[in-house]
Parts: sequence; structure tokens; C-alpha cells
Amino acid sequence: MIDFSYTIWILLIPLIVFVGTGLTGNRFKPNVTGIIGTTGLGINFLLAIITAYKYFFVLDKVGGAFQKVLGFNMTWLHLTDKLHIDIGVLLDPISVMMLIVITTVSFMVHIYSLGYMKGEKGFARFFSILSLFSFSMLGLVIATNIFQMYIFWELVGVSSFLLIGFYYEKDSAVAASKKAFIVTRFADLGFLIGILLLSYNTGTFDFITLTGPNSPAFTSGQGIMFLGMSTMTWSMLFIFMGGAGKSAMFPLHIWLPDAMEGPTPVSALIHAATMVVAGVYLVARMFPIFHHEQSGLEIVAWVGGFTSLFAAVIACTQYDIKRVLAYSTMSQIGMMMLALGVSGYGGEEGLGYMASMFHLFTHAFFKALLFLGAGAIIHSVHSNYMNEMGGLRKYLPITHATFLIACLAIAGIPPFAGFFSKDEILVATFHHNKILFAMAYLVAGMTAFYMFRLYYNVFWGKDQHYHHTPHEAPATMTVPLIVLAIGSTFAGFIPFSKLVTSDGMPFETHTEWGIAIPAVFIALVGIGIATVLYMRKSETSKKISIALGGFYTAAFNKFYIDQVYLFITKKILFNLVSRPIAWFDRHIVDGAMNQIAFVTNVASDKIKGFQSGQLQQYALAFVSGVIGLALLFIYLWTN
Amino acid sequence: MFEGVPIHWFLVLSTVMFFIGIYGFLVRKNLITMLMSIELILNSVCINFVAFNKILYPGHLEGMYFTLFIIAVAAAEASVAIAIIINIYRRIVNIDVENMNEMKY
Amino acid sequence: MSFLLLFIVIPVLTTIGIFFSKTHMQVKWTAVIGMGCQLILAGTLIYLFLAARAAGNTAEILFSTDMVWYKNLNIHFFIGVDGVSVAMIGLTSIVIFAGIFASWDVTDLPREFFTSLILLAGGVFGFFISLDLFTLFLFYEIAVIPMYLLIGIWGSGPRHYSAMKLTLMLMGGSALIMLGLLGLYFNSAPGGGQLTFNIIQISKVTIPMAAQRFFFPFLFIGFGVLGALFPFHTWSPDGHASAPTAVSMLHAGVLMKLGGYGCYRVAVFLLPGAAHEMAWIFLILTTIGVVYGAFGAIWQKDLKYINAYSSVSHCSLVLFAVLMMNQTAMNGAIMQMISHGIMTALFFALIGMIYGRTHTRYINEMGGLMKVMPFLAVAYVIGGLASLGLPGFSGFVAEMTIFVGSFQHNDVFHRVCTILAVSSIVVTAVYILRVVGILLLGKIKNPEFNHITDGKWFDRISIVVLIIGITAIGMAPLWLSDMINNGLVPVMQRILLAGPVLH
Repeated sequence: MIDFSYTIWILLIPLIVFVGTGLTGNRFKPNVTGIIGTTGLGINFLLAIITAYKYFFVLDKVGGAFQKVLGFNMTWLHLTDKLHIDIGVLLDPISVMMLIVITTVSFMVHIYSLGYMKGEKGFARFFSILSLFSFSMLGLVIATNIFQMYIFWELVGVSSFLLIGFYYEKDSAVAASKKAFIVTRFADLGFLIGILLLSYNTGTFDFITLTGPNSPAFTSGQGIMFLGMSTMTWSMLFIFMGGAGKSAMFPLHIWLPDAMEGPTPVSALIHAATMVVAGVYLVARMFPIFHHEQSGLEIVAWVGGFTSLFAAVIACTQYDIKRVLAYSTMSQIGMMMLALGVSGYGGEEGLGYMASMFHLFTHAFFKALLFLGAGAIIHSVHSNYMNEMGGLRKYLPITHATFLIACLAIAGIPPFAGFFSKDEILVATFHHNKILFAMAYLVAGMTAFYMFRLYYNVFWGKDQHYHHTPHEAPATMTVPLIVLAIGSTFAGFIPFSKLVTSDGMPFETHTEWGIAIPAVFIALVGIGIATVLYMRKSETSKKISIALGGFYTAAFNKFYIDQVYLFITKKILFNLVSRPIAWFDRHIVDGAMNQIAFVTNVASDKIKGFQSGQLQQYALAFVSGVIGLALLFIYLWTN
Repeated sequence: MFEGVPIHWFLVLSTVMFFIGIYGFLVRKNLITMLMSIELILNSVCINFVAFNKILYPGHLEGMYFTLFIIAVAAAEASVAIAIIINIYRRIVNIDVENMNEMKY
Repeated sequence: MSFLLLFIVIPVLTTIGIFFSKTHMQVKWTAVIGMGCQLILAGTLIYLFLAARAAGNTAEILFSTDMVWYKNLNIHFFIGVDGVSVAMIGLTSIVIFAGIFASWDVTDLPREFFTSLILLAGGVFGFFISLDLFTLFLFYEIAVIPMYLLIGIWGSGPRHYSAMKLTLMLMGGSALIMLGLLGLYFNSAPGGGQLTFNIIQISKVTIPMAAQRFFFPFLFIGFGVLGALFPFHTWSPDGHASAPTAVSMLHAGVLMKLGGYGCYRVAVFLLPGAAHEMAWIFLILTTIGVVYGAFGAIWQKDLKYINAYSSVSHCSLVLFAVLMMNQTAMNGAIMQMISHGIMTALFFALIGMIYGRTHTRYINEMGGLMKVMPFLAVAYVIGGLASLGLPGFSGFVAEMTIFVGSFQHNDVFHRVCTILAVSSIVVTAVYILRVVGILLLGKIKNPEFNHITDGKWFDRISIVVLIIGITAIGMAPLWLSDMINNGLVPVMQRILLAGPVLH
């Protein structure tokens, strides 16, 4: 056995960096903090690579399958006799893969931010929180038990909150950060309830026990039915709710587009490549149980498929380039969920699982690249809106080239990374459900369309009147772009089915040309339409949008989901629940207490009138009392 | 010497006197008058004592003694009361009982 | 003689010292030194306690002293600690220490102010170390009475009304407690023999069920009034809003815990049979309290009201967990008391400091304070995050222990209540973020606020002490949890003996 206990440093390094830079605050020069943070992440990156090498290539497989290895474990809190929260490091194919993804993207984003955030007021704060995020995200993926995952899940949420609200003097940023936190918090409530249900029925939090072949989750909690589903299915659904919140699945997606208020590197790291796939990772982590509760998995597939299509439609109508990318992220994550939802378990059956993880991996590269490219664009023209851009390919050659690679990758054009992973998803979906396949197929076409709509609008067409001539970003920003572009180009050639599978057993994949060719075809169609409409700024696109009428308006307004939420929270929760409760408390509950005091007061006021000070009144009372008593005695006497 | 006078007569007399006294005490506002009413009450009691002594225990004199005792005490009491009344008069130039309500509440 | 007596002697000596101090500075420093000693003593106590346990001392009560006080009624002065009371003493010493610094700028009658404050703290310390019902009650009253003076004299707003309301409601609770205690006393020897107030002795006898049923509501509601049991919580918003900073801190931080501790130590521990039977009634009330307090907080505009309602929600969770009557939930209840104590003290300290600078407590009159007072603002955010149960802070540990523990209950009713209570975490997030968003973030609304200053050194000491408390528990909860568990074992044994948890 190889000793993996050093992997705990993957957690400790960012934590130390966070605490150190957080406490020193602005006492150092901002650059020092930035460099400390970047170095820390660089070391982490190396550790992750070493770990991945050791895990995949050195460690012996048992029965041909990759094993789950407990690199480190310690008890953090005892709850009951059976339940205890541990903090540790669990290594298995998906967690190691996630380590690579997170450290790579995070490292690149750190380097990029050194240039992008230069001169910002909260430079040190930014890097400090970035370290906090890296710590939490890494802790999430290497969690040994579901409760550790929940702990880091919450921490990821808060670092996302802090980073979205980085420009805290901007009201829209504050509102967006609040929204992101509360929506995901609501989803986390589901997650927590799911954990409670799960732990009640199985008596453990531990992933190895829960997802092993003799998992208590397969046997317990089956008997009790609620609304036609067993307790275990419900618990999985609740857990999925948590995942759906983090991964911005419909209808808990509303926070993600707004989260683009944060600095662009943050969008790249958190809201594209790493945090938002946590939900996918969660489902993948619990996959054996999901697979056992087939109806739960079916819901995962449909939610994923629907979100994917829904977001793709909205992405076609948006003008803010970061929002287009945000909806694109939603759509791609929907694809991953869909792939998980249609997957079987074990060996080739688990094609969807593999495809999902594969897509997660490649998506991280090209989506981070897209965001960082968008950052470079925004950096140079100081606008987020694509209709204020155009002809930038002359000014930003490196950004242009890398952005094009990313667009091709996400559109699924071979030989770029997106093609391979998306193809596997389509294959897996095709064998499971034809309607879902049709949806995924449509999404593939639309993805190509809206990405190239974006691409042409930004880089082609006429020059706009810029305040100053746009210039290429500094090397700290272009180097990460190039590195990620290389990743986006070649990541597809990694033999994923040999490494990351549902049960650890490697298997062979064969390209199904019957699906791959039409997929490339529809992507080309999408690109073609975009080329026709947007390569030169023409009026055709506007005409089409007018022709679509109400549907376009609805999509442009994100199908009014935000308004629905606003109605529910503002009108119903605030005005119809919270306000009456506040009133009730002040006037009924407190009023009752005041009323008691008041009654006492009044009663005493009335009684004190007897003590009038008038001698004759007392005498009268006395005499009438005596007479009364005398009469009473006489009456009693005679009877 | 009152052999023919039935006991009722005494009782009626004393009761009438007693209630006149009570009435006066409750109704009159002048402290002196109220004091006089109290004297009436006392005297009505004295009459009762004497009458019952004569009828119930003709050979004894306890009732008589007690009456004398009451008269003596009443005299002392009247002097004390009048002293108080004079003091009150000096303070508030008034002996109306309704003004003497400082000890309420 | 046990050194626990020092916990009462030091506050008394400090008040004497304050009495003989001449200047404001002397008064304050005497208070600091006294309460600093108390803090060190509490640290020593925790160390000695853990060391004694590690050395294998398994006695139920450590460091006990028993003195006869009034022989005819068998009243003793009996003090001692178990894991739970050690934890509570730790909490009290932290909060009072921070409270002294938070009230550094009290200029109006400082001598009397600090005397009452320390008297109050002394009462609380006495309460937590007492194991005799009579002395327990005595210290309870000592802790409650100075509150009237502190709010009535140094308070703000409708302070006379608030002080009166608070004191009368708590006195009403005391009356119920007194009845309950007498009930316990006269039933403490059902087989004949010497009646006793000794908690440990009473816990060894079985009080007849009829008496238990009769007296349990007295005790639970009586202590519940102080523990913000719905619907007897309404003294809390007014009282806190009118009280001066340090008093709010101590009151919400420590005094409200007397209620929770009393419910646990007296009501449930000594009357477990009735507790089993009647828990459902109070569970409904506390579940309402948890959700209701949180929703009530959303609509408030005054910072102190927000925090008072938040306290209602959190303290109801304490009683909720006590009523679950299993070891994990109980443990969570104690941790929640400690966690909420430190957290809410932090909040009230910060609110006091913010008020001292802006002269308003209405959140919509403020905004963008992060820019002018980053230290206080960051501390507020930390407090807020702790309050909404973020991992790494004490709130998370306590709440999760409660939720997991409560959910292990076999009864569906209890689990449904748990889920309802769990839902409060979202509402908590809403009101915390609302306040943070309006108060600290955004642009500065009032130009006058451009000139206000950040926390001074004494403000910082107070806040740093509290934040260390929160994070220390939040990062490494194991020692605390184990210490409390240790104290809970005999309690749980007795509760389990008394009746089946599984209805």
C-alpha cells in the first residue's frame, strides 16, 4: 500500500494561507498576499498531480478495479453511538479527478487574477477568500463521509457568497450574493434533511459503507412508503435537492446568472468549473444508492435534461456575455446530470456515469477558458454587453484564438475535448430514453449556435466606438488562457473509461458513428446559422426575434422565474408570513402580557377607592357589617 | 319603683337611643356632634345594663357598677376627644369630618 | 473546602474593591482584574476537570463541598460540578469578561453599574455550581434582580416599562419555580425520612407520578420563561432593546441559559416520568418558537429586536433539544446554549458599539458601514455567519448535534418537529443576510457616517475574546462535546430508566 496520509496537506495548505492572509489583512503589500496565495495553490497543484499519478498508475488495483482509499481520517465530532462526523481524505477515481480539475483551474485562476485584479482595493481580501474557496472545494471532493461533504458544502457556499459580493459597495452585487446564498441555503436544507433521513435509516455517514456492495442503504428504509416512494428514495431526492441548488438545476437555478456580478475570475473558478459541478459530484458520489432507487435517478435525468434545454434557450437571447456563459454552464451541467440519470451501474452499464464525469472534466477546462477569455475581453473594453463589442479579433489575438478553441470545444467539434465527452453523453442517453436523447441532441445544436453568436458578436463585425483602443491582456492573464486552451484541445484524448467508472472497473468505449456524426452535423448547423446571422451584424437576427414574438420575450426575460420567486418571497413569505408573525407577536402575545398588567392595574385602581379616608364611610361599613352579621347569627340561631 | 314598667320599654328606649346615636355618627359632619352621638350610644348601653341587672339579677349590682364605670371612661374619652378636636381645629380651622381624609390610599 | 467557592468569592471581593475605588479608571480596572481572575479560574477549572476525568475519576460530581446551612429544613450549601456545569461556567466567564470591556464607556454612575453587573455574574456562577435546590433558587434570584436596576437606570428607550415587564415576567416564572421546588422538596422522601433539597439525592428517588405530573409544568414553564419559551418570550425583545450593551450581552448570553439549564437540570432530570409524558406539549411550543422567532426577526427594523427574536429562535431550539431526551440532542442543547451565549453576546456587543457611533439602531437609516468600520463590520459578518450555522463556527456544531440527535428519535412526531425546526436555518439565513446587506454593505447612506471610527482597543478585546470562543468550539468541538457527554451520562441513565423513549 502507498501512504496517502500526506494528502491532508492538500486541505491544510489553503487553510493556512487563508487564515494567515485573512488575519494580516492589508498589512502586507497586496502583491505579497497574491503571490502567497498563488504559491500555495501551486504546491497544491503539484500534490494533486502526484496523488493522481500514484493513485491511477502506481496503486495496485483489486480485481481489476480502482479501490476507494482512505488517505487520512480523524473523528471531528461524536454524535450518537453509531454516528460520528469525521474529517478525512477519501481517494477514489472521481475524487482524484476532481482534485486535478480544481487545483488546475484554481491555479490558473490565481495566476490570471494577479493580472486581472491588479490595483483593485480588495486585492488581498480577494486572494484570501480564493484560498478559503479552494480549501472548501477540495474538502468537499475528498470528503470521506456525507457530513464532511455537507460541512464543506456550506463553506463553499459562503466563499461563493463572499466572492460574488466582492464589490460590496455595488447594490446589485450585494443583492446577487444574498440571493445566491439564500437559494443555495434553501437547497441545502433539502440536503440536510436528506442526510438526516439517510443516517436515520442506515446509521452511518460513511461513503465507503454507504456506496459499497453491502450498503445498508439497499436494505433499510425501503418498507415505509410516503407518496408512493420509499424513505430511501425520498432521502435521495432531498439530497439531490441540495445538489440541484449548488448546480443551478431548474427551478433552483435563479442565483447563477446573477452570480456573474462577482469578479470574472471568480465566475470562471466557482460558477463555471468547480463549485457548480458539486451537485453532479454529489450525485456521482451517492450513485450506487441513486441507482438502487431507480425512480430517484429518473428524476435526476429529467431535471438535468429539462434544465439543459431551458438554459440553452435562454442563452440564445442574452446580451451580457457573462450571462450567456452562465446559462451555457447551466445547460452543460444539465447534460452531466442527464448523463448520470440515464446511467446504469457497473462496467459498460455505467457509460453515462463515465460520460458525465468526462464531461465535467473537459467542461471545466473550456468553460474556465471561456470565462477567463470573457474576463480579458471585459478587461479591455470595460463592458459586459456583446452589442457594445465587435471586431475585437484584431486587438486581442491571443484571447481570440483561445476563445475560438473553447467555442469549438463546447460546440463539440472534433478533435476538441467537448466532442468526446458530449458524444458519450449522447450515446448513453440514446440507449436509455429517446425523448431525453432528442432534448440533448437539440441542446448540442443550440450550444453551438449561442456560443458562435457570442463569438461573432464579440470578435467579428464592425468596430464599436471604444473609449480607448482595446489592448491585449498582460502575460499573467494570457498564460492561463493558453494553458487552458491546450487542456481544452487535448483533454478529450484521455482514456476516461479506463480510469473513472461507476464501480472502478475499466472498460472499452467504442465510438458509435451513428450518433457521433449527426451530433457533429447539428453542431455545424448551429455554427452555420450563427455565422449567417452574426458574422456581419445584420438585421436578420432581430427580425427572427420579433417573429418569435412572445416566446422570445419570455426567454429573454428568463421565463419570469425570477419574478415568481420574488412573488413567493416578497409577497408571500415576507408579507403574508413574516409580517403577520411580527404583528401577532407584538399585539397578541405581547398584548396578552400587557393586558394582564393592565387588568391588574385597573383592578387595583378600583379597589383603592374603598380606602377613601372618610371616617363615616368606614363607620357605615362597620355598622352595616355588624348588623349584617347579627342578622345572620340570629337567622342561624333560630334555625 | 319601676315594678310595673315592663322590660320592653327600657329596651325600646335604649334601641331608639342607640340608633339615633348611630344615625348621628354617620350623618353629622361636625366632630362635636359626632362625639355627642357616641355619648348617646354609650348611654343607651348603660340603660340596657341597668335594666337587665334589675330584671335578671335583682340582688346584684354588677350592672350598676359597670354603668358607673362606663360613665367615668366616657368622661375621660370625651375630654381626650375634645382635646383632639381642638387641635384639629387649630390646624385646619375646621372640624368638619369630611376634611379629615389625609390617610386615604 | 472546594476551590469552587472562589467562583462566588471573587465577584464579592470585586464588588468590595469597586466600592473602595476612587476614580472611573480604578472601578473599571478592578472589574477587569476581578473578571480576568474569574476567566483564568474557569480555564483552570476546565483543565482540572478534564485532568481528573482523564485520571479516571468517574464520580458524578467533582470538587463538591457540602455544608449544612439551615438544619431544621435540611437546607445545605452544596456545590460541585459535572461536565455540563463546567461548560456553562466557561461560557459565563467569557461573556462577563467581554462584557466588562464592552461597557468601557459607561460614564453614568460607573461604580454602581459595575457593582450590579458583577453581582449579576456572581449570581449566575453560583447558580451553575449549586446542587442544592434552595441555593440554586437563591442564586437564580440574585441573578435576576440586578437586571431590573441595570435596565431601569442605565437603559435606553422605554426603559422603565421594559425593566418592569422583564422583572415581573421573570418573577412570575420564579413563583412557579418556587412552587415546583417546594413540590420536589415535599416529595423528596416518598418512603418517609428526611426531606431534602439536594439534587443528587432527589435524583436517586422516584417521585410519585401524580406529583411529577403536577409539578413538571410549574418547573418547566417557570424556567422556560427565562429560556424564552413561546409564548412567554415577550420580555425578551423589549428587555434587550432597552438594556445597556453589557447587560444585553449578559442577559441573552448567560441569563437566558439559566432557563435552559434549569429545565435540563431540575425539570427533566428530577421529574423524568412527567417529562416523558408531557414533552409533546412543550415540543409543539418550542417548535413554534424556533420557526416563529426566525420569521419574527425578518420583519424587524431595530437591530436589537432582530437579535432578540433570533435569540428566541435559538433558545427555543435549546428547550426543543432538551425535550428530545436523548443523549445526542441533550448534548446539542448544552452546546447550543454555549454557542448561542457567545454568539449573541458578540452581536449585542457589536450592536452597542455601532449604536455608540451612529446613534441609531434602525437598519434602514444605516448602510455601507463596512467601509468606515471594517473591523466591527467583519466581526458582525462573522457573528452573522456563526448565527446562521456556518461550519467552522460553534453554531453549526450545536445545531447539527441537535438535529441529528433529534432525528434519531423513533417517534414520527418528534422527527416531523425536527424537520420543521431544521427549516429555520433558511429563515435565519434570510434575516442575517438582510441585516448584513442593508447595514454593512452598499453605499454609505448618511454622509455623517463618513467620519465615524472603527473599534477602539477595548472594543477589540471584547470582540476578539468572543470570536475566539466561537471559532475554538467550531473548529475543534470534540473536547467540549466529550466533556458534556460525560456529564450527561448519569442524567441520561435516569431519564431512560424513568420511561421508554420509544412511545
